[in-house]
Amino acid sequence: MSIQILMPALSPTMTEGKLAKWHVKEGDKVSSGQVICEIETDKATMEVEAVDEGIVGRILIAEGTEAVQVNTPIAVLVDEGESVPSGPAAARAEPAPAAKAPAPLQPAVASPTVTVAAEPEAVGPTVKRTVREALRDAMAEEMRRDPSVFLMGEEVAEYQGAYKVSQGLLEEFGAKRVIDTPITEHGFAGLGVGAAFGGLRPIVEFMTFNFAMQAIDQIINSAAKTLYMSGGQMGCPIVFRGPNGAAARVAAQHSQCYASWYAHCPGLKVVAPWSAADAKGLMKAAIRDPNPVIFLENEILYGQSFDVPQADDFVLPIGRAKVERPGKDVTIAAFSIMVGKALQAAEELAKEGIEAEVINLRSLRPLDTETLVASVRKTNRLVSVEEGWPFAGIGSELAAQMMDLAFDWLDAPVKRVAGLDVPLPYAANLEKMALPQPPDIVAAAKAVCYR
Amino acid sequence: MAKAAAKAKSSAPASRPQPARAGDNSVSAETLKKHYRDMLLIRRFEERAGQLYGMGLIGGFCHLYIGQEAVVVGMQATIDSSRDAVITSYRDHGHMLACGMDPRGVMAELTGRAGGYSRGKGGSMHMFSRERNFYGGHGIVGAQVPIGTGLAFAHKYNDSKSVSLTYFGDGSANQGQVYEAMNMAALWKLPVVYIIENNKYGMGTSVTRASAITDLYKHGEAFGIPGEQVDGMDVLAVRAAGEKAVEHARSGAGPYILEMLTYRYRGHSMSDPGKYRSKEEVDRMRTERDPIERLKKIMADRRILDEAGLKALDAEVRKIVADAAEFATTSPEPDPADLWTDVLVEARPPAMA
Repeated sequence: MSIQILMPALSPTMTEGKLAKWHVKEGDKVSSGQVICEIETDKATMEVEAVDEGIVGRILIAEGTEAVQVNTPIAVLVDEGESVPSGPAAARAEPAPAAKAPAPLQPAVASPTVTVAAEPEAVGPTVKRTVREALRDAMAEEMRRDPSVFLMGEEVAEYQGAYKVSQGLLEEFGAKRVIDTPITEHGFAGLGVGAAFGGLRPIVEFMTFNFAMQAIDQIINSAAKTLYMSGGQMGCPIVFRGPNGAAARVAAQHSQCYASWYAHCPGLKVVAPWSAADAKGLMKAAIRDPNPVIFLENEILYGQSFDVPQADDFVLPIGRAKVERPGKDVTIAAFSIMVGKALQAAEELAKEGIEAEVINLRSLRPLDTETLVASVRKTNRLVSVEEGWPFAGIGSELAAQMMDLAFDWLDAPVKRVAGLDVPLPYAANLEKMALPQPPDIVAAAKAVCYR
Repeated sequence: MAKAAAKAKSSAPASRPQPARAGDNSVSAETLKKHYRDMLLIRRFEERAGQLYGMGLIGGFCHLYIGQEAVVVGMQATIDSSRDAVITSYRDHGHMLACGMDPRGVMAELTGRAGGYSRGKGGSMHMFSRERNFYGGHGIVGAQVPIGTGLAFAHKYNDSKSVSLTYFGDGSANQGQVYEAMNMAALWKLPVVYIIENNKYGMGTSVTRASAITDLYKHGEAFGIPGEQVDGMDVLAVRAAGEKAVEHARSGAGPYILEMLTYRYRGHSMSDPGKYRSKEEVDRMRTERDPIERLKKIMADRRILDEAGLKALDAEVRKIVADAAEFATTSPEPDPADLWTDVLVEARPPAMA
């Protein structure tokens, strides 16, 4: 049986090439692995090896021929004693690529949908807790509930946490489940991903998210993408948590907000709690989530106290925003520490007769567009507030979403309040100027109200 | 730490490659035949993959394992694949076949079809099998090393007595995260065997131009990890060294490094012009060191398989590969709705309104 040798593709992008040289002639016997010809592509000259054994029955493309299309028959191999078929078409061609299915139409903006549970009705008594305590309580409750949950990171055990978030956990759960790591973010983030693939539920603490830039390859390439790349086989239930954004006077390398970096990536969930109740309910949800969750805390909030439901199992759904203050004139959407600043701004605005609705986003991916759109339909105005940089930030995404989903309801362009587009300065006055303050939010809200 | 290092040194001195074990009768005829068949399957499978790539049926990057077959076949014989974990880089087809994954599913993933292990969404570099304890298939050089170490962490956490075989190349051996992982593995005595497949070139850069210390088995010395250099072209030498290393890890003594001296006959990927090494060098390795020919000779010397037996084995392997290629070229492309699935565990296609 004769076999056609086809012009091979020698790189991901090659469509044609020059048949530079034949190493065999008609009648030669070739064996598998033998170099039969050289092909010149735009990148290099490559040798082509025979895959099958046989005798070169006919050379169909002469050496020196330029622009030979990939998959063009270039020679025919025959068995010993077999006659050469009269034309290339008579030879047995290797199976042609299957017909391509028509490309699906892509909606302008779409993401895979995730069903988000409704927020539980606030029930029962509450207790005052700092954000720090709420995070610790959430981790402790989940570690009691599920022995596969463990905490690892720098100074989480004997030091009790660089910011005391893991205080008491070593004592209760022991060194097997509360693990001090060397200062090696890339390594322990990857080790955590492997442990998650292996069936555990790691909580990986970064002393701050600034240091997680060392580890971002493992977070994005390994944790976020593997479920997809494995066709759904290899999930990665892991929480990456730690303080994010500016603290106080720690300068540019320790003060960055990574919300838009992580929220950009499919395969991750990204949450950013403000209150202690947010922190507790969302942390419990993050630990139970079968997906990788980026949990962005804030150092300045750690010491602030809020009412937290005392209920035994208080879990908040990831993907639900919360209206912290209802209003009819303008919507202010914020997350993390900026929720508090937005509420202060709303107080100021109320004095001037503007009723602002403040939305605590809580989850950045998935984003609760339903709550945002409902609010904008009422107020017809949106101001976004974030600590991070404006360019390609969360506010930019909110603006784009409103264009898609609520264009006809807007009475003013969406206004972004964000950190200034500079590395965060150290000097107290400059630092304050670079971060959004309540007067900036007030000014933006008045601007979209044309006041 | 100093104590651990001293202990490691005395218990496992670094050794040079062993001579071929042609006269070694301790391995049964059936085992030799199985090793031969497993290596031949990888060789034929890869040749076929190269051919399908040339026909445009496989796209993107495709890194063939031809020449290195003895490493993964010899190592696989030392573990219990029902519980021990295997993880490697992007040159992964051989590892998957050695783990017992279905050649049809592997080849269909290469062609990007619905019948592939990742349903066409991963490709050559990204395949996984929970069933066979194969954890990929990783495209970022060195990234599989902390992950493989994490699998060992999970084994220890669960007290399962399982081990993790973590493969990487000489190119990865200079990545920072490899050393971060080795440090933690030694610190916490994790049951991991690091197998460095030293095929002498990281893409087109030779080890001598990339590593200050070219004896890669010594790269764990800073952490007190014992290491050994092995003739990776000899399946029996690989197996013997592997047994010792796996036993070390399984016993709770911590990580172990095996540097396999091996060679890839083909380019780094399909678009490699091969200008960084001579044709003579490649030919010499092929004719003098080929792991399959070497085992064939051992079997002939021991009169384990005659010409007819070899032919029958070859025909059996060719049939498996032909069947895999047939499946891979006729399996349908993925359903368009699959574009949107598996992003998150509970993700579903968006409403296309």
